[in-house]
Amino acid sequence: MTSRDTIFTRLGRYGYFAVGGAIFFALLFAFVFVRGGYLLTVMQLAMIYGVFCIGLNFFMGYTGQASFGQNAFAALGGYGTAVLCVQFGWEPVFALIASMAIAGIASVIVGYPTLRLRGHYLAMATFALGLITYDISVQWTSVTQGYMGYSGIPPLGIGPFTIEDERMKLVCLMVILLFGLWVSGRLRNSRFGRALRAISTSELGAAALGINVARYKLAAFVIAALYASASGSLFAHVVGFISPEVFGLQMVVVTFTMLYVGGVGTVLGPAVGAIIASLLPEIVRSTGRFQDIAYALALIVMLIYVPKGLSALGGLGRSRVAEPGAGS
Amino acid sequence: MPSLIEVEGLSASYGHVAALKPVDLRVEEGEFVTVLGPNGAGKTTLLRAISRLVASQGRVSFKGQNISGLSTHRLAKLGIIMVQEGRGLFGEMTVYENLLLGAYNLGSEIEKVEGRFEQVFGLFPRLRERASQVAASMSGGEQQMLAVGRALMAGPKLLMLDEPSLGLAPKVAAEILDTLGELNRNGLGILLVEQKAPLALKLARRVYVLSSGSVRAELPANEIKSHHDLARYYFH
Repeated sequence: MTSRDTIFTRLGRYGYFAVGGAIFFALLFAFVFVRGGYLLTVMQLAMIYGVFCIGLNFFMGYTGQASFGQNAFAALGGYGTAVLCVQFGWEPVFALIASMAIAGIASVIVGYPTLRLRGHYLAMATFALGLITYDISVQWTSVTQGYMGYSGIPPLGIGPFTIEDERMKLVCLMVILLFGLWVSGRLRNSRFGRALRAISTSELGAAALGINVARYKLAAFVIAALYASASGSLFAHVVGFISPEVFGLQMVVVTFTMLYVGGVGTVLGPAVGAIIASLLPEIVRSTGRFQDIAYALALIVMLIYVPKGLSALGGLGRSRVAEPGAGS
Repeated sequence: MPSLIEVEGLSASYGHVAALKPVDLRVEEGEFVTVLGPNGAGKTTLLRAISRLVASQGRVSFKGQNISGLSTHRLAKLGIIMVQEGRGLFGEMTVYENLLLGAYNLGSEIEKVEGRFEQVFGLFPRLRERASQVAASMSGGEQQMLAVGRALMAGPKLLMLDEPSLGLAPKVAAEILDTLGELNRNGLGILLVEQKAPLALKLARRVYVLSSGSVRAELPANEIKSHHDLARYYFH
């Protein structure tokens, strides 16, 4: 057997898909990096949304709960970092970390009573949370500057080192996204992650094995809030401007689309979905005034033919035997 | 010596419908007790009420300690483990992951977890062969083995099973019940809810007959000789 045969045999269909996907995204990233311009901004935003979606995936994918209000924590992150940097002159990195801490504490306070609800009730409660935060960001003008938004937010950096070059911003965001994915993957296959996935299948079944369902749901909610806050802060530092609209209802719709296109409950799905759903409007832009229709059609086709998301494509036709060592 | 578990006046209802009228029941240390009864007798509700999977009233003691107010996950930590009707497996997870979840309460005590794996694989060698297989893709019998195996991973003091033979071929059902018998001989307290009386009566020391949410009879298993005896209690 040649070494080539050995590698191909070991890879299998799923391996081919993984390697192919990695090469595709590496080439895409290189193309965007070299070409620059508007695509660079699109990719930067995709990375930021990707971070948000990784968190959303913790709560919706791994734990199987519905939340339409994670944008509230992105707003906390965005405004937190803006106020701390612009008003108090904090270093961006410390402002980002502090905003995440604030969002984490807020998510515990909000999540404790809210997560007693289930299903549609939980979805509606979290939706209300997003709406309330939006209203606060509009009305509390002394802090948020209302519809005018917050400008002059410094780029990411620490001390004399700031990341002002757009290409370096993209590289920095990609590193953060990959780190977020790594953490997500590690947690998913840990004791903690298995408990979350058990809750996703059956809350009663999980409780019957000794899992404290309420505590784990809260933990997943907090983790989702931390990721959301980080993405809000990153948006503020990368774009330099935030307004209530950035964290409004549009964000909920866009991130849901990304999560389902990429694959809810999978490790890579949030990143894949964020990149594909961000680039798709650019791809269909050539259809002119039909671009919205083309975009919607493309999404519908994806959801019909790949209902488990693009990152689950490699599993099509695969035997139902898990990868060796999975879940260890 | 206090009973392993003692239930006094346990009742539960779904809305306005009383599924379980005040019931008294006990299982001694190392005892095999079976609850028999027709469809809708309240057998499943009884186990779910003990596990606090449904809201219930009444007193439940475990080794003399009142555990009435404890939540489901705390009961599991005490060693009161239930294998639910329909197995309650996490279908998208592998056999290995399901078993690991069974040992959830052991945390990171790796040696203990490995010991439990060996015990379960010793009882059900097929689970070792299928360790990396997704649970939902296994046969009904294998799934039931996994459900029992997962419960054993938790190191139960009292194992409660809700109709483990449901939907299984007679030979497979007998195989699983034989394993339960073996576990009981090794000192494990078992409370079995079953409709297939002949299978259950072979193993049990005592039997409770449940009908319309109430205990109709409590008697030694060897006193029930035929279906006719049971029917007498069902329609008492």
